[in-house]
Amino acid sequence: MSLSVRFQHIVKEFGPVRVLHGVDFALQAGRVVGLLGENGAGKSTLMKILAGYEQPTGGQLVVDGEERRFADARAAEALGITLIHQEFNLAEHLTVAQNIFLGHEKTRGLFLDRRAMAREAAHYLDEVGLAVDPDTPVADLIVAEKQLVEIARALSRKARLLIMDEPTATLSPGETGRLFALMARLKAQGVTIVYISHKLDEMEAQTDEVVVMRDGKFVARLDTADVSRQQMANLMVGRDVSDMFQPKSAVPPEAPVRLRVADLTVPGWVQDLAFDVRAGEILGFAGLVGAGRTEAFEAIVGLRQRSAGTVAIDGRDVRIAGPRDAMRHGLTYLSEDRKGKGLHMDLGLRENLTMMTLERDSRPWVDVKAGRAALDGAIADFGIRVRDPDCPARSLSGGNQQKLALAKFLRPGPGVIVLDEPTRGVDVGAKRDIYALIHRLAAEGRAVVVISSELIELIGLCHRVAVLHGGRLQALLGPDQLSEETLIAHATATHH
Amino acid sequence: MQPQPTTDSTPVPALPALRKRLKGLGPVVALALLCIAGAALNSDFATFDNLMNVLTRTAFIGIIAVGMTFVIAAGGIDLSVGSLAALIAGVMIVAMNALVTGPNAPSGLAIVMLGIALALGFGALSGTVHGLLITHGRIEPFIVTLGTLGIFRAVLTWLSDGGALTLDFNLSELYSPVYYHSIVGVPVPVWVFALVAIAGAVILNRTPYGQHVQAIGSNEQVARYASIRVDRVKVLTYLLLGVCVAIATILYVPRLGSATPTTGILWELEAIAAVVVGGTSLKGGAGRIFGTVIGAVLLSVIGNILNLTSIISVHLNAAVQGVVIVTVAYLQRGRR
Repeated sequence: MSLSVRFQHIVKEFGPVRVLHGVDFALQAGRVVGLLGENGAGKSTLMKILAGYEQPTGGQLVVDGEERRFADARAAEALGITLIHQEFNLAEHLTVAQNIFLGHEKTRGLFLDRRAMAREAAHYLDEVGLAVDPDTPVADLIVAEKQLVEIARALSRKARLLIMDEPTATLSPGETGRLFALMARLKAQGVTIVYISHKLDEMEAQTDEVVVMRDGKFVARLDTADVSRQQMANLMVGRDVSDMFQPKSAVPPEAPVRLRVADLTVPGWVQDLAFDVRAGEILGFAGLVGAGRTEAFEAIVGLRQRSAGTVAIDGRDVRIAGPRDAMRHGLTYLSEDRKGKGLHMDLGLRENLTMMTLERDSRPWVDVKAGRAALDGAIADFGIRVRDPDCPARSLSGGNQQKLALAKFLRPGPGVIVLDEPTRGVDVGAKRDIYALIHRLAAEGRAVVVISSELIELIGLCHRVAVLHGGRLQALLGPDQLSEETLIAHATATHH
Repeated sequence: MQPQPTTDSTPVPALPALRKRLKGLGPVVALALLCIAGAALNSDFATFDNLMNVLTRTAFIGIIAVGMTFVIAAGGIDLSVGSLAALIAGVMIVAMNALVTGPNAPSGLAIVMLGIALALGFGALSGTVHGLLITHGRIEPFIVTLGTLGIFRAVLTWLSDGGALTLDFNLSELYSPVYYHSIVGVPVPVWVFALVAIAGAVILNRTPYGQHVQAIGSNEQVARYASIRVDRVKVLTYLLLGVCVAIATILYVPRLGSATPTTGILWELEAIAAVVVGGTSLKGGAGRIFGTVIGAVLLSVIGNILNLTSIISVHLNAAVQGVVIVTVAYLQRGRR
């Protein structure tokens, strides 16, 4: 049942750029292996080679003692190697069941056997703990549910080696718990699991051993029991990351309220939400997926219909019909969905950076030279690592894309900025930079809202944290009330 | 993970940049090759008169294609432009003829000016209606303009009772220089085509509005979250196209002085072909006005060469155009 893999001097080049420099290590059968590394370290590329999505430029891939070269993902799947993508690979218009069996449809004679597929799909959905009808179109699912459908699809392929690339990035704590239980069951059945995540606490709790990669090279392989989180982080970055968070500076009691929201109701999502944020304050928003955090702020900036609610910025009631009104009043919202809503992946860095301020800065023509200067400024200011300033946004790593997105949404000079999952899919080094930047924004007198599913982040970064549950404000916790236990208790409404 | 790491030490690959630059020149190269072939085959081809002749004939489609570039760059499409041109021509002629027969008729010049104003207004209005149906009505642009394609042509056929609507003789005399007159040796339609193209290029590439158009075509959601007024920008692209169709029609009417149910037939496909041959993706995103102009000229040069030479029958004009369209699209295809 189990499957062992050995990478022998694997080299991968994309054109003139070498991203894997001769990687050597083995994956032992039946173990849960955590694969660690910053964005750009080569983890995903290596795993794509293992799963047949990419072919190595050099070196050998040995599976169960036999050298293999997979022409495509189907060839790898035939051996039981399945990769669950970081970015979803689902056909949006097809149903959950159709997606699970895509490319492996069950047939009776010439025709599709829909009944059997629906039945089996329901079984796999049950395994991953997703309570949706297999006939639901994937387009109707939220991000976390899509992730679970990906996992159900992998199960249906009878995987013997399962590669999971950041599976919990979009899952709520409850869903994450179910995923870990499933991983334990699979491991007991002898499935080898490669687990890629930036969350070191998950690595510590869920893996048997960790493999660390850096700059396209293998760095270390260690038993998880012998290594601390701090050591993992240091190995990944190659330098000492002693502390992620700066000490919080207290918000002076006389600091003015910059954003006040009252009675906000968003049909189907949010009920009677009220809160305020003062100058220099970082307010966190915690809650499970579907608690209504994103929806509340989309409604505040006018991207979503709201049935009630008032918004006041700097003490003045404002009417916000769309993001443009919000921006004019000094409020911007950076979405959690960087690729779909944050940046134009196909456009250049300058175009992205200046997108929101074109009208303000043009008189009346677009000033390309000023835009380039602005980009140079942002690259220096936000520590964006760029190989070629004329490249499209998609060629940046996740962390650098996020820094560019932050620079873009700060360009209009908002007094209030809302950051939705600002460090999702971002490596440790970039995370630190972003935390430092958020501190700077608060120190400059802005009001900052951080929506996050990472409790450590909320606790380490925020002055206060609002916890939503089922669209209602469950608790508003002050500095001395912030702990993982209380946050989880309020988010799941089990606090007494 | 990205294919290219962001380490600062990796050398900048020069080749892809060069290839990217050459890719944009595809239509220019194709046009140059065609012109060389044309000149070699017939000595009349490379003359100033023939050049002006080709450009004048290109003006109608070319002007419409400039507007179409905006619509396509924003991720839309408009199938109705040929029918709209025919209807505008018909409405112009009917209105001008009605004005000339009145008891205290205005001067001929005033009537022509009124006709032109009416055409521009009608084009802008039709474009706005398209835009509103597509944005606020949330109907696919393909369907909206497929519907109006039928409506516009049917109304013209009804107005003309299936025959031709002909402009009053005296007005026709007065109006004809707009098509036939030349300024510094260059016919008026060519001047107008050039002005429209330059204005289009400046708006698309040098104004916030033009950048917003391309941002919407590249990814509408990202544009919406970046506080761009997506609906307004889209409606304006259809309005601009409507005005371009009106301008083309204003140049077209004095040519024959009439409108028939076959006026402007298949113009929509020629305009779309010019845009696509010029390098603007049908999926939206980056728009290229210069490419569109080249594309439009390229397509009419083919017809011109076939007319001047006898190697391939003129009846195969559309076939040769088709081959060129597919070939250029093949050369310009992106990765997958």
